Amino acid sequence: MEAINPSSGRKDNLTMIAFTVVVLTAPLWGKLIGADYPDLLQRFAIFGLFAIGFNLLFGLTGYLSFGHAAFLGIGSYTAAWSFKLLSMNPIPAVIFALLLSGLFAAVIGYVSLKRTGIYFAILTLAFAQMSYNLAYSVLTPITNGETGLRVLRDDPRIIDTALGVEIQGPLLGSFFGIEMTGYSGFYFCAVMLIAGFYVALRVFRSPFGMKLAAIKSNQTRMEYTGYNPKPYLLAIFIISGMYAGLAGALMVIVDPLAGAERMQWTVSGEVVLMTILGGVGTLVGPLLGAAIIKYFENIFSAINESVLLATFDFLPEGLQEFMVTIVHPFVGGGWHLTLGILFMSVIIFMPGGIMEGIRHLTDWIRRRKE
Amino acid sequence: MDAILIQILNGLDKGGAYALIALGLTLVFGTLGVVNFAHGALFMLGAFVSVTVQNILTISKKVKDESITFFDAYKETPYLEIWWGDTGTMIIDYAVPISIFVAIPVMLLIGLAMERGLIRFFYKRGDADQILVTFGLAIVIQEIVKANYGANPIPTPAPEIVAGSAPVGSWLGLGADLVYPWWRLIYLFFAITIISTVFAFLHYTTFGMVVRAGMHDRETVGLLGINIERRFTIVFGLAAVVAGLAGTMYTPILPPDYHMGMDFLVLSFVVVVVGGMGSLAGAVAAGFLLGILQSFASMNEVKSVLPAIDQIIIYLVAVIVLLVRPKGLMGKD
Repeated sequence: MEAINPSSGRKDNLTMIAFTVVVLTAPLWGKLIGADYPDLLQRFAIFGLFAIGFNLLFGLTGYLSFGHAAFLGIGSYTAAWSFKLLSMNPIPAVIFALLLSGLFAAVIGYVSLKRTGIYFAILTLAFAQMSYNLAYSVLTPITNGETGLRVLRDDPRIIDTALGVEIQGPLLGSFFGIEMTGYSGFYFCAVMLIAGFYVALRVFRSPFGMKLAAIKSNQTRMEYTGYNPKPYLLAIFIISGMYAGLAGALMVIVDPLAGAERMQWTVSGEVVLMTILGGVGTLVGPLLGAAIIKYFENIFSAINESVLLATFDFLPEGLQEFMVTIVHPFVGGGWHLTLGILFMSVIIFMPGGIMEGIRHLTDWIRRRKE
Repeated sequence: MDAILIQILNGLDKGGAYALIALGLTLVFGTLGVVNFAHGALFMLGAFVSVTVQNILTISKKVKDESITFFDAYKETPYLEIWWGDTGTMIIDYAVPISIFVAIPVMLLIGLAMERGLIRFFYKRGDADQILVTFGLAIVIQEIVKANYGANPIPTPAPEIVAGSAPVGSWLGLGADLVYPWWRLIYLFFAITIISTVFAFLHYTTFGMVVRAGMHDRETVGLLGINIERRFTIVFGLAAVVAGLAGTMYTPILPPDYHMGMDFLVLSFVVVVVGGMGSLAGAVAAGFLLGILQSFASMNEVKSVLPAIDQIIIYLVAVIVLLVRPKGLMGKD
């Protein structure tokens, strides 16, 4: 856990500036690692937000939620409906997604937070699975079931009609005339990410964040000092759910389609993986984890046997085949296997994730200097 | 009346699977204090034991098909049929029951290896770490199975002789049109047998007594000079066997695929929580109860009043139970 020190204001400003620069110049440095296309960068930003929000709950309070996918899905559906009913402008979509996911988080959180530990994890999981099953079955009029919710040309779009905004060409989110596709889509997500990061930073540094950390370290003692942990827990659960809702809305904004599979519990699992891999309870860690997972998912799942053969071409024939046989199960469709092994190793050997690794490394270098 | 009986029966076989998985989960939680998210993967591995046994029994070679005389036709014939004729065919037909005998040692070994190789390093770590590492393990096991057996469900039929339905109705004097698949009936009795065996083992053997004492107060048992760790390791192996057998026998009901474990795990957790974490009897009772509830909820009459209730009933019950009786139906405080 990063030291929570309310007085480190100047350092935070520097962090914010550095963060903003890094995010906004992503298309430039993305070129170095072959990630300079908007589709992937968007995913970095969206899942980064999702993980930052999840980490606010799990990292600060230690409450492990296995149901955050529900809020992601709710955000997606809300944004899609905002596109259908109000306007193709992403602003109302974001606002309504935040409100609605916050509302659902309040209800689910109120019930789930009555329990702790494993019970809390299972309760959130139960709620998420319930939402998923409902979205697939009885809520089909709202969610369009298996097909997924699409934005159609003859949807009412009240605001757009009133203002006389015509959508020409493909139906895409349009920020006052700027189509939310390609790099403009990425920059919209990037701005949201920076805002989200800023809020997370403020939460980390605030007395509120201190109280959340107190809940994690010793809830009973906190109660004895006269604080009731419940309102704080509920507040951070709602905030965390709203991050997930925002991420869901952004998914729809850059690609107007919302499906129930976003609510499946594997998605909740994915955000847990990202957060742990990056570093639980750190500010940058979850974002790093999200970017790494999405980056390698992109690279690894694209590798097939012929790519492998080409890679190991320099080896003698027998050895080349041997290497291909060894590596093949871990790439392409086997990417999840790699991910699972990586995840397990992180938990076993480095529970603090990549951020802990970086800290060990800097400590080691510093000691070497002395 | 018939409708109600058939729904109860329908619920009982699924409930049997829930109960068996939940029993293993509870055993592990009660003894080792570990929340095992990889338990569903053990269920799935058990199912794939019967797939493997079936694959081995049907290793074939191409034999000239004598019935076609116009041209040279070849068909795959299992070696067992070539060697032993009809006896071989019968052995292949009984692939699923035979797998039980393979599944017991295999699952025991897997369970022991899992506990010694991974789980034991997590006794001192928090709940969250235990959940996460076993969750990771579940992903790994699942992906390995997917890489070896493909992503599609693999049909593993029950023996021919029990392929049909049992005339449950005429047994009970309720009319001949009330029938129920033989295999599901067998599964139910199988589940009850396994559950009784586990309970008998825990209650009537010295080993079981020590384990129960250890569940109650691990430290004191340790102070009496009993190596409780080793016994708990065996309990983990036992839980793996129970989960594996539940999976092996379930294959004729549901053709196994690599993610069946996860599907069952989520529900089994709910079952464990409803029954009361750490209460063996509670897990079994809740397993059957929720199985039956789910089956009633999927009746058309119920669904027309409460749409989609069958999809969410288990979760709904779990939420209500956790709020009203936080320790579960039979949990102790």
